[in-house]
Amino acid sequence: MIGIVDYRAGNLTSVARALEALNETCIVTNDGELLDDATHIIFPGVGAAGAAMTNLRESGLDLHLKRWVREGKPILGICLGTQVIFDRSEEDDTPCLGIVPGEVKRFPANLREGGLPLKIPHMGWNGVIFQEGRAGHPVFAGIPADAEFYFVHSYYPAPADESWAVGWTDYGIRFCSAVGRGNLVAVQFHPEKSGRPGLTLLANFCRWGGTHAQ
Amino acid sequence: MLSKRIIPCLDVRNGRLTKGIKFKGNVDIGDPVEAARAYYEQGADEIVFYDITASAEARAIMLDVVKKVAETIFIPFSVGGGIGTVEEMRRVILAGAEKVSVNTAAVKNPGIIAEGAKAFGSQCIVLGMDVKKVSANIEIPSGYEIVIHGGRTFTGLDALQWAKEAARLGAGEICLNSIDADGTKDGYELELTALISSHVNIPVIASGGAGKPEHLLDVLTRGKADAALIASMVHYRTHTIAGIKTFLHDRGVKTRMLW
Repeated sequence: MIGIVDYRAGNLTSVARALEALNETCIVTNDGELLDDATHIIFPGVGAAGAAMTNLRESGLDLHLKRWVREGKPILGICLGTQVIFDRSEEDDTPCLGIVPGEVKRFPANLREGGLPLKIPHMGWNGVIFQEGRAGHPVFAGIPADAEFYFVHSYYPAPADESWAVGWTDYGIRFCSAVGRGNLVAVQFHPEKSGRPGLTLLANFCRWGGTHAQ
Repeated sequence: MLSKRIIPCLDVRNGRLTKGIKFKGNVDIGDPVEAARAYYEQGADEIVFYDITASAEARAIMLDVVKKVAETIFIPFSVGGGIGTVEEMRRVILAGAEKVSVNTAAVKNPGIIAEGAKAFGSQCIVLGMDVKKVSANIEIPSGYEIVIHGGRTFTGLDALQWAKEAARLGAGEICLNSIDADGTKDGYELELTALISSHVNIPVIASGGAGKPEHLLDVLTRGKADAALIASMVHYRTHTIAGIKTFLHDRGVKTRMLW
């Protein structure tokens, strides 16, 4: 069973529906003990980092998440879920979970690409350059190099240690759009809204044992 | 680099498409869920539903459609038409839509944009704008005026000022419909689209006037649009989404070619 962490950060039913389409059973809850029974944890979310961290602390889910990371349970972060696992976010200057060393930064104003100004948020379909070969992450297996994913965000992850990065995306700057180490993998885009490549990623995660040598 | 989005728009009344969509073998599809699935599989980057229902009973039917669509397609979709309160937004979002669009209700009460953005995040709130060209004057300096009731009522709002105000209030995106171009199949209103898109820092979806792939090329390049809404040109199978995307891709416009 796949556990989806509900911490009042947006509508989480789209992740559950994508898993149902993959014939996976899932539970959406804020109860850490119920989530203990899940083999895999998905930590999604949209919204603001400050409110998300307040909800995580008040519900005690922050401690459960850190414990699941330690215990080796496979965990997938999505969008805001990915951002709050870092040390800190520039959004509302929020101290976060500190699971991944580094910060979440706002896209600089006046971003340009090919001489044209870029808009913020970064909203729409964009490519991801995944690590390939032996270093390639099992959760991204079988995804074609030119697949695109749906993004919507104004802040991006900036790991302090580049060896955490397992995927990159270009939007005026090249930023880290996927991190992974051990049993933790986290993406800035929305696999549940990214058509077939996104469903492939979710299916891979549900079958993943939670190890990734680097 | 972001791809330009191609977005089919489906008009729904009482839970059925207002005009059946022709698919392979000229089979007429009237079921919005089936049509959404077909467009999803054909490479639509997003889907827009416009509910032209009036009664409360039919609204409940629409929510059921939204729920079924959400179980069937795994790309973003938005719902508009008659949404005027945060509670109505909430029902549509909980049923599974990523985005809701507000149009007339936001003209009458701009606060709904800020309330919606606060409750669900800016990424959920699309401002729909219906625009008509007028002669520029002190009230309407851009020469484009916001209209409601399908273009029958002029509001005295300048389109450019309204777009900027909506972005300031927290709209995450603008769906810009030219009433003059709508239904003509002669192409999008390029001047209007470029004007709005270059003056707001949120994405602009161009709407109204699409008849052939060249029109999308024009609006996504010269018109500076981030996305293009299409309807009859694909509903009647004159063109396919894949064909439009290949046309754009071959001319250097980045589109999502693999789905």
